[in-house]
Amino acid sequence: MSARKSQESLTTRLLGSDGAVSVLVVLLGFLVGTILVSLVGRNPLNMYKAIMQALSGFNIDNGKMNVRYIGETLNYSVPFILCGFSMAFAARAGLFNIGGEGQYIMGMTIAQVIGLLGPTVGTLHWVLAIIGAMIIGAFWGGIVGILKAKYEVSEVVSTIMLNYVALYLSRIICLQLPGATTYKTANYPETALLQNSLFRTITNNSMLNNGFFLMIIAVVVYWFIMEKTNLGFGLRATGFNREAARCSGIPVVKSIAISMAIAGAFAGLAGGIVALGSFRYGRVLSGMDNYGFNGIAVALVGNNTAIGTMLAGFLFGLLKNSQALMQGKQIPKEITFIIQGLIVVFIALRSAIAIYFAWRNKRQLQKEVLAK
Amino acid sequence: MDYAIEMIGITKTFPGVIANDNVTLEVAPQEVHALLGENGAGKSTLMSILFGAYNADSGTIRIHGKEVNIKDPNVATEIGIGMVHQHFKLVHNYTVTENIVLGMEPKNRFGMLEIAKAERRVAALSEKYKLEVDPKALVENITVGSQQRVEILKTLYRDANIIIFDEPTAVLTPQEIDELIEIIRRLRAEGKTIVLITHKLKEIKAVADRCTVLRRGKYIGTVDVADVTEQHLAEMMVGRAVEFEIEKAPANIGDVVLSIQNLSVADGTGHLKVKNLSVDVHRGEIVGIAGVDGNGQTELLYGLSGLAPVAEGTILLDGHDITHATIRERIELGLGHIPEDRQRHGLVSDFPISENCALKNYYLSPYSSKYGLLDYEKMEEDAEQLITQFDIRAGRGAKTLAGSLSGGNQQKVIVAREIHLSPHVLLVAQPTRGLDVGAIEYIRHRILAERDKGRAILLVSFELDEIMNLCDRIATISKGSIVGIFNQHEVTEREIGMMMAGSKREGGEA
Repeated sequence: MSARKSQESLTTRLLGSDGAVSVLVVLLGFLVGTILVSLVGRNPLNMYKAIMQALSGFNIDNGKMNVRYIGETLNYSVPFILCGFSMAFAARAGLFNIGGEGQYIMGMTIAQVIGLLGPTVGTLHWVLAIIGAMIIGAFWGGIVGILKAKYEVSEVVSTIMLNYVALYLSRIICLQLPGATTYKTANYPETALLQNSLFRTITNNSMLNNGFFLMIIAVVVYWFIMEKTNLGFGLRATGFNREAARCSGIPVVKSIAISMAIAGAFAGLAGGIVALGSFRYGRVLSGMDNYGFNGIAVALVGNNTAIGTMLAGFLFGLLKNSQALMQGKQIPKEITFIIQGLIVVFIALRSAIAIYFAWRNKRQLQKEVLAK
Repeated sequence: MDYAIEMIGITKTFPGVIANDNVTLEVAPQEVHALLGENGAGKSTLMSILFGAYNADSGTIRIHGKEVNIKDPNVATEIGIGMVHQHFKLVHNYTVTENIVLGMEPKNRFGMLEIAKAERRVAALSEKYKLEVDPKALVENITVGSQQRVEILKTLYRDANIIIFDEPTAVLTPQEIDELIEIIRRLRAEGKTIVLITHKLKEIKAVADRCTVLRRGKYIGTVDVADVTEQHLAEMMVGRAVEFEIEKAPANIGDVVLSIQNLSVADGTGHLKVKNLSVDVHRGEIVGIAGVDGNGQTELLYGLSGLAPVAEGTILLDGHDITHATIRERIELGLGHIPEDRQRHGLVSDFPISENCALKNYYLSPYSSKYGLLDYEKMEEDAEQLITQFDIRAGRGAKTLAGSLSGGNQQKVIVAREIHLSPHVLLVAQPTRGLDVGAIEYIRHRILAERDKGRAILLVSFELDEIMNLCDRIATISKGSIVGIFNQHEVTEREIGMMMAGSKREGGEA
């Protein structure tokens, strides 16, 4: 009896842990994805081969290894992770930041402007551009925070609106840049690029660049602010129970504004890294890149924690990088979006798991009572 | 003779709790039967099963000797069971009649509403049972006592012959309570069977014929009220001897610490709920604010603690003007606050006890370094001490999430934090609401101990007993103003009740 009990409490604890649930949910997403691929008459094994290749660089079919795939997967992950942090940071303070996309676009735009017009001094140039991207992202998020904190404007509405403002503002600005056509600007000077020759050599000419370092720093910064500082303490308290935080003297208005600004800085950083790391020219956007929106899903899967969000971002980067490989193996690349969507749906079902456990506990109790 | 209600062997479980464990309740026709128990003893669950809001896991229910299956409240209404809920279920911008007929509106053959017909019937019922209400008045314009009468009429309109009252006196003034007791007697005389859910012994002695006691979900016994003392009932309810009066040393009153001068505070909609209110609190005394819920107590506390802006007047704390200070400034000056709504204002339920204990001073030494780095271990260490010191029952020590604690232990966490911060002034609101007797005694003693240490304490409570017992001075609040201030033994409960209803006592220093 007691052995069964301890065993049971282990499964209960496992399913009670958010991390375990996220892993379970990802597995479920893949399982259903696999079934779907079989249903349309393709071999799901090919899907996993493509994912394996994007993850390890190893091509199972011909036994060749190309580390470039690893580099690309990591590079694709960077904006997902950073935009995930944008969502997650605000979420920890109780806000729903749908504005990651707009903050990302603004960061990208400013990075392009500084990239094309800034001082062509090695290192300083791109550092300046990246800092500019973070500041504008923080500004773009901060506006929302102040509106929310001072005037109770719903952050959901204002962030969605500001996404469109950012998109068209970005077009107006980028069209003024040197050599601008309807879709691109002139090439950046070498000093603006984030490329890292060491990375290029060891990953066989992938696009992996200094943005990777910045992302790692961001992970540490995110974790440090949330878990170690009194700023993070105030933000978390505000996020869990705004009224109790206020009643305890935590300056909630300031907390909310700051958290949105920091969230925006993360997304702005993502924009800067994509602008100067993945392209050699500035882009005149005609639509959104959707990194900001995907960041919402990344944060959900990652439970808004530093490590969880990073891992979830890797997963999304991995899926994105395996899309081209899948198409080469007659697997529709849309299956990756379906899997991402399924994962989010299953995450939303987390409360169903809680309900199931409540029901099971109750039945157990009833049995004990009736046995008496 | 058949019983009016027989509930035999009722068992009902919720996840993790056995709310009713083989409980039996037998109520004779035309009697007033009290159902006594502490919070969480399972009274409300049992009555919700009778009313069809919950279904029992096992057990039988017989009404007038006939076995019934009450699967939802509609069935309960059909077989003549009505319930007067503790929190009234009324539509505020509807008239009394509209509220009463809601759900069974009288219609003519064209499907048109015949409200005049309904009004006549309501008037007739209200005449018959002497339940004074104006059928045409809007519910939002009538008093709480009248709203309760509307609820009673609702059950009578549906031809109930068994009426359940759930904690009916919680929201009433002493005078309104007397009226209610009269109403209940009249209902009994007219042939109704009454079940009265309560934890107030006095009311049981006043009106009930028999009393069934529940403790922690179990049936303890049924007694004839006339045969037992209040003390006996209390012991059945709690399971041990209970002290009614708290022994307290004479107050050692010092200087004024908290001075409230001509204070006015508005509620969320901009109406002034506290009007021109003045009161001083001295070192070493407890000043109680007695009053019926909704007379400005909440807004007074909001204004004092900084949760709501002050419209007019001045608040002085140790001579500092804190009228427009931020909440944090007030806390740093030594204002402690045990809030009325502990879930909403007192605790972050997703935080562990340790972080809840540090919620007000996490940014200061020793928890935070100069650079804003937190020392969580120190928080846990201190919290462990408070857990021992305040006898907080927590499964995982300082790491236990506050949300997983029972109500009494949550309150102890808040009390521990506020006392640990050693404020000069402690605002205490409804400190024992919803707690069991053991926790109530403990928290009252802690508050008294703080007084004896020389703190100034302002206590707001709707429990008149609590105010009468604990406070050195009692201020009565009505419609946002102080009606009278008296020393503890210079005033009777009845007089306070009169003032709560708004009339001033002759010679009172209002």
